[in-house]
Amino acid sequence: MSQFAVEFKNVTKKLVDTTVLHDLNFGIHDGKITTILGFSGAGKTTLMKHILGLVDPTEGDVIVRGTVINKLGELELREFRRNFGMVFQYAALFDFLTSFENVAFPLREFTKLKEKEIEDKVLGLLDSVGISREAAYRLPSELSGGMRKRVGLARGLALDPHIMLYDEPTSGLDPITTHMVYDLMKETHERNLSRGFCSIIISHDIHATLKYSDYIVFMEKGRVVEHLDTESFKKSENPVIRRFLEL
Amino acid sequence: MIQFAQRQVTNLGNSILNVVNGLGDFTLFTGKTIFWTFKPPYRIKLLMDQIYFMGNKSIFIIFLTSIFTGAVFAFQIYLGIKAINPDSFIGPVVTIALVKELAPVLSGLVVAGRCGAAMAAQIGTMKVTEQIDALEVMGINAYQYLAVPRILGAMISMPLLSAIFLLVGYTGAWLIATKVLLIDEVLYTQKLSDFMDLGMVAEGLIKAAVFGYLIGIIGTYQGFNVTGGAEGVGKGTNMAVVWGMITVLVVDFFLTSFLAPIL
Repeated sequence: MSQFAVEFKNVTKKLVDTTVLHDLNFGIHDGKITTILGFSGAGKTTLMKHILGLVDPTEGDVIVRGTVINKLGELELREFRRNFGMVFQYAALFDFLTSFENVAFPLREFTKLKEKEIEDKVLGLLDSVGISREAAYRLPSELSGGMRKRVGLARGLALDPHIMLYDEPTSGLDPITTHMVYDLMKETHERNLSRGFCSIIISHDIHATLKYSDYIVFMEKGRVVEHLDTESFKKSENPVIRRFLEL
Repeated sequence: MIQFAQRQVTNLGNSILNVVNGLGDFTLFTGKTIFWTFKPPYRIKLLMDQIYFMGNKSIFIIFLTSIFTGAVFAFQIYLGIKAINPDSFIGPVVTIALVKELAPVLSGLVVAGRCGAAMAAQIGTMKVTEQIDALEVMGINAYQYLAVPRILGAMISMPLLSAIFLLVGYTGAWLIATKVLLIDEVLYTQKLSDFMDLGMVAEGLIKAAVFGYLIGIIGTYQGFNVTGGAEGVGKGTNMAVVWGMITVLVVDFFLTSFLAPIL
């Protein structure tokens, strides 16, 4: 088994007349928290879409847990996506379902669990992210931003994924809630490590990244400028990174 | 002068390209929804929800529209041809118009306004808030989950609503004709069987089902193609209503030309 949960091999992505990802060659370590960092427009979200198989590379391969994801057929890919859990920028909870129903949704879709088992699992997951019983039966519109993110995290974990992706998980949150969400992500990561787990965070929050990440991939204009462990990253002499660190 | 001409040609070329692109996109969307209609899992519960929303929840507005349409139509026909002793013709004329045209077309316009708009708004809001991405990341096909139940729901609901429209509209016309215009009740109904046949009823119901399909596909397509935020959702909703209504009226002409001679 590779030490990498995700590998990019010669990945280039072109859109009409622009190249959004330039010949990427790197791996994301299994069992670690890796943050993809960079300014807006650096290609972070496109990179994430490649990991999820939502977008195919123009050239090269994206290998996820040993499977070349861009070579999978439509139905195989949908099956494969159950390896992923995802927390969206604004949680993307289904607004017509309560928190409980949101977390139960993937379980009802993809497992044959009985209703009682689903209830136990959902309430357990909501407990683990600090959502009270009372809030579990509220609609997303009745929750605060931080609570929505936590419900989103619980939903992402419902099918016991091996790779958890977070897209700008703390945007729009105050500093205290931001740290609460990061603490929760870290706890979640450590709790799931034993069954093979890796966390990938898309962010431009440098302070939280330095505090919580094991590895940092720094992107600029579709290229990976640096891919280092956090301590080495802090010492990087790259002027672009220095500029980012001094923000 | 040459620059002006060049600009005009460029604009024309861009407009044509946009139309062709749009048509290609719409055809692709239609193909995907048809493909996913026949692929398991079959989402019966979602389909029932949509039939309930489009059918049951539209009954009141259909009731109001149809009773007044029938009533006013009976009135207008009577006033228009009263010089030729119209008593025995009012019933058949109003009923044929209701069966073949008014019930499917007006139900279509009501459903395009109410449900086409709702489809575009719901799906469009899900698109801009990444809920559709969330479905896809979970491995659920968004076309199958969101578009197929709505399209099938509209296709099933429309003939039912059209039938209700017909019955209520007929009742409205009958009330006006016999109680206000004092046309003899027997005269009103006795000629119906001379002028009408089951082919006319089939024509009306087929039209209603086709309109339902078109309203569904246009509403969901507009929802899936929403871009931007709230403004995009508003635009998509507006387009769903406008194109839904125009399509019902235009397709009605072609369907009539095609169905009337064979049924």
